[in-house]
Amino acid sequence: MVKIPNDLKFTRDHEWVRVEGNVAVVGITDYAQSELSDIVTVELPEVGRRVKQGESIGTIEAVKAVADLYAVVSGEVIEVNKEVMKTPDVVNKDPYGQGWMVKIQISDLSELRDALSPEDYEKLIGEKE
Amino acid sequence: MKKTPFYEKHIKAGGQIVDFAGFLMPIRFEGVIPEHLIVRKRVGLFDVSHMGEIEIRGKDRIKFTNWITTNDVTRLKTNQVQYTTMLYPDGGIVDDLLVYNLPDRVFLVVNAANIDKDYQWIQENKRFDVAIRNLSDQTGQLALQGPIAQEVISKICDDDLDQLRYYWAIETKIREIPVIISRTGYTGEDGFEIYTKPEDGPEVWDLLFSADPELKPIGLGARDTLRLEMKYCLYGNDITKDTNPLEAGLGWVVAMEKEGGFIGRDGLTKIKEAGLRRRLIGFMMAEGIPRHNYEIFADGRKIGFVTSGNYSPCLKKGIGMGYVELGYHRSGTEIEVDIRGKRKPAVVIKPPFYKDFSHR
Repeated sequence: MVKIPNDLKFTRDHEWVRVEGNVAVVGITDYAQSELSDIVTVELPEVGRRVKQGESIGTIEAVKAVADLYAVVSGEVIEVNKEVMKTPDVVNKDPYGQGWMVKIQISDLSELRDALSPEDYEKLIGEKE
Repeated sequence: MKKTPFYEKHIKAGGQIVDFAGFLMPIRFEGVIPEHLIVRKRVGLFDVSHMGEIEIRGKDRIKFTNWITTNDVTRLKTNQVQYTTMLYPDGGIVDDLLVYNLPDRVFLVVNAANIDKDYQWIQENKRFDVAIRNLSDQTGQLALQGPIAQEVISKICDDDLDQLRYYWAIETKIREIPVIISRTGYTGEDGFEIYTKPEDGPEVWDLLFSADPELKPIGLGARDTLRLEMKYCLYGNDITKDTNPLEAGLGWVVAMEKEGGFIGRDGLTKIKEAGLRRRLIGFMMAEGIPRHNYEIFADGRKIGFVTSGNYSPCLKKGIGMGYVELGYHRSGTEIEVDIRGKRKPAVVIKPPFYKDFSHR
């Protein structure tokens, strides 16, 4: 069973976001990690980089495929998870916890209005299966 | 879509099933990396029943097999196995395969995606006194691979497999079940390939798991990373009808001077006279993972393309195979691979990538 925590928002690119004040904590969903499986490298942006919503800011490479990490929201990258770069398989093991990827200082909160609720995200991946 | 005799076993073991050359096959169980590492360190069991088996009987079976394949079949002793290729007249590769010289018949083991093509090709080129049968649907095949494979299989096999040398086969029994066992594989590790009747397959599977309760099933994902670490060719990727065995580094399975010749010899002679233009290399990335069809550069221009690429679980680096212009093929040569628009450095490696293998 794919896990979908009910305290998070989701995107159609299979990323999750947790809003903590003005900061968005971002990672990839349990569905995304299970589709990729065997993640072997994670490349993340430099801290301080200004990013625009929808822009590719990193890559997640698995044995069988590679995926982009997109900026869920516009703003400034204020922290990246160095642990996932060192031991990328934590993304497979704990995508919503230790497998988080970047923290973005949000420049415009309204950009998150279109983010999916857990129920809508469940529908999205239900359609795929 | 075809199911192998072990399909139910894969489902039970939690295998993720994919369509591979028309077969429902497990791509992974626990994960490609742990599966890969357990085969290198210990032992794992692969369902390779998708592979095709073509039997050749009749008094001229050796002469005929010698005509359709490139290696010298007349040098095989009874029960010896040989790696070889089958060519088109122009020297392009029809398939790579194993030839089993069994006491009363020759047994060819071919790639799953090529079964129909190969069978048709062999039929079209039939000569001498032989009878050819496609037994692919009547054969189950398992590969038990890893440094402790012999210890495991010896617990259930009637014969002393310590006496079975690398690339030799024996018709024997696992408990009461008739099987052909050969000391062969596609991983670089010591190991065995076991051929059964389909209906006997699941019982052999169970017996192997009872012989080693810690035995793990291994999916096609790890089969690919294991063979790549050894730089073993995969038909469809590294060798195709548009490549020839000389440029693919398979000259060692081509007996140009053998008696009676073989299909493709004249083509290869022409290729040799014109001079090889490219070679199949193995290369390792400093960073990034190469993939099939990525372009290879050196001295600021394109010099070739990637045929196979993946992450090496043992070396923890991206590794690959590809064709490059002659001159760039020597080990130590620095090249670049275009990974999604960025040229990343790589170096040509003398194969195999993984040197600590256990086959003997």
